[in-house]
Amino acid sequence: MSLLSKHGVIERNAMLLLVLSLIVVAIGGVVQIVPLFYLDNTIEEVDGVRPYSPLELAGRDIYIAEGCYVCHSQMIRAIRDEVDRYGHYSLAAESMYDHPFQWGSKRTGPDLARVGGRYSDDWHIAHFNNPRDLVPESIMPAYPWFARTPINADRIAQIMRAHRMAGVPYTDEMIDEAEADFRAQANPDDGDVDALLARYPKAQARNFDGQPGISQLDAMIAYLQMLGTLVDFSTFEPVTSR
Amino acid sequence: MLDGVKIGILGVLTLLLAMAANYGQDQVYTFHALLLFAIAATAMIWTIRNAGSGRITTATPETGYMDDVVRYGVIATAFWGVVGFLIGTYIAFQLAFPLLNWDLPWTSFGRLRPLHTSAVIFAFGGNALIATSFYVVQRTTAARLWGGNTAWFVFWGYQLFIVLAATGYVLGSTQSKEYAEPEWYVDLWLTVVWVAYLVVFMGTLIKRKEPHIYVANWFFLAFIVTVAMLHLVNNTTIPVSIFSSQSVILFPGVQGAMVQWWYGHNAVGFFLTAGFLGMMYYFIPKQAERPIYSYRLSIIHFWALIFLYIWAGPHHLHYTALPDWAQTLGMVMSIILWMPSWGGMINGLMTLQGAWDKLRTDPVLRMLVISVGFYGMSTFEGPMMSIKAVNSLSHYTDWTIGHVHSGALGWNGMITFGALYFLVPRLWNRERLYSLTLVSWHFWLATIGIVLYASAMWVTGIMEGLMWREVDAQGFLVNSFADTVAAKFPMYVVRALGGVLFLTGALIMCYNLWKTAVGAGENVRVSAVPAE
Repeated sequence: MSLLSKHGVIERNAMLLLVLSLIVVAIGGVVQIVPLFYLDNTIEEVDGVRPYSPLELAGRDIYIAEGCYVCHSQMIRAIRDEVDRYGHYSLAAESMYDHPFQWGSKRTGPDLARVGGRYSDDWHIAHFNNPRDLVPESIMPAYPWFARTPINADRIAQIMRAHRMAGVPYTDEMIDEAEADFRAQANPDDGDVDALLARYPKAQARNFDGQPGISQLDAMIAYLQMLGTLVDFSTFEPVTSR
Repeated sequence: MLDGVKIGILGVLTLLLAMAANYGQDQVYTFHALLLFAIAATAMIWTIRNAGSGRITTATPETGYMDDVVRYGVIATAFWGVVGFLIGTYIAFQLAFPLLNWDLPWTSFGRLRPLHTSAVIFAFGGNALIATSFYVVQRTTAARLWGGNTAWFVFWGYQLFIVLAATGYVLGSTQSKEYAEPEWYVDLWLTVVWVAYLVVFMGTLIKRKEPHIYVANWFFLAFIVTVAMLHLVNNTTIPVSIFSSQSVILFPGVQGAMVQWWYGHNAVGFFLTAGFLGMMYYFIPKQAERPIYSYRLSIIHFWALIFLYIWAGPHHLHYTALPDWAQTLGMVMSIILWMPSWGGMINGLMTLQGAWDKLRTDPVLRMLVISVGFYGMSTFEGPMMSIKAVNSLSHYTDWTIGHVHSGALGWNGMITFGALYFLVPRLWNRERLYSLTLVSWHFWLATIGIVLYASAMWVTGIMEGLMWREVDAQGFLVNSFADTVAAKFPMYVVRALGGVLFLTGALIMCYNLWKTAVGAGENVRVSAVPAE
């Protein structure tokens, strides 16, 4: 008990107590977080993952603002029933350009990591207008204002620049053409879709909400329809060392 | 002279905020700039009107303690508590009856849920922590709060933080990091307030008149400094523009998830545990009139608790894309964490040695003790749920929600209620509480409310976990997701009713505390108490 009797020293010195506490609480975080930035096997190398297109990014910002992450996860765990229900388990690489991640912590609604292509645009339009029209048991709020709220591309280049500062590899060209790509994806008749696809492979360009103009619903559906579609799992080989 | 400087600073601030409102790129930013502009302008006009009239000095009370700020803190705690419980109860009904979202952005669940969690954790819990730590540190160091009006700055600055965060959520401004949703400028403001809080607390400790620093203050200090560290790292973000409310979080994907849950779990570990243990170490011995059970146990469990809690974050990320080594490390440390947690529970409960009989006669002590009971239960349930096999079932389900609420309502809520019942008669110089019968009513309403809540969530959580994984003889999934949602309905109603009971208890408390503060308790004759 001699060690405990020495504790009196710390109890008499507020600064010592402060410094020792800070050192003790810092250790765990350093050990768990720092290696994730330099260990190679933290993120496997996968073909197909790319930064979000301007319209998808705008949709993602709506997803965040409305707090969708509160009820929907985007992380399929490597567990049999989840893979059966939602598709291939999520890879670290698939969220490497997510600032911040949208893995979520609760499934009040189903996982959305691979919702892309699972439902039609018409389904999403009706579902956002009133989820209970399609799924009577659903307790999801309705989002009827998405369809009637127009959005524009004024700020999208600025937002992409902030993402680039955070490490997303947006090129100068991508940022210069951001507004054009934004419009082309939601309205392919009025833009250069080939250029969009060259910059953002597998991007889907169409009038998502079926209405003239670009609404929040266009951006939201563009985002949902691309989720989990970038990696081709017919050619993907998991690395055994992970 | 000082007034001149003040007016000058406020004037410049008012001008800058008006400019910010003008250049603001989005609704939230403009709204917040206008709000702050109004506050700064009001403060400036108030200062001008009172300039030259001499410093308004209120007589220091005999004790020499700075208790006005604690009184305000007590009121704020009760107020935000009711607000937080009310929103929580409302969104619980939303989950049972989605009609209550009203098809409007400002009332939809996704925006109100962060409002609820922040109101309860940061507004209710935070004000409770600030008020009690200011009260306790003065009593246990025999020193007045250091730094003059800095303590007032901490109090009002913190309320401003709450208002900015809350209005931001409703208007759709969020970083989407759970329990760290406020945007960059709100985070910066909280940093300023928090540093001031640390300075006041440390300053008071340093000029203390007692040779030893009492154990409650170790916990308060560790809570303040760790929350500062967590807040700064987790909110590292790049604002889109100085005139935009939007920002881009620096850490991506896997690393971002690890940082978030390192923060998230330790918001629980330090905000809701270490700080509240500081409350336990003062209020339970005082109310029971017994010394702390074991000094040695308090040393061991203090250092073990603050060292181990930090490691527990990865248990929020089992079976995800986080590397296995980190998941396993988080699980092992979470299980070990059970020990120091129960060390604290044992130290709190055993303090009643020789005073157990008081539980029959003192509902305030009963409240404090049941909070430690809930603490023990939650800190057993937590390590159990952090085991990967258990977590594979419990994660993403309502079980987690139930676990959190047995901790938040049972431990944080009950100990705060006990502390408020302890503080109000003393702070308003009343002999006793207005009504102990009402305290008993509050105790039972809250306890039954928590039991309804937690058991409803255990049932739905385990049920949906099992339904999700159920496969038939051919190996196909049996239930669609919608089936599981439909199956949860009755329990969602029970959960919301549990919330109603808990809220009712809190309202009774507010009435009781109000009557106590205004002195109504003094008129109650002993003969009016029913014979027992």
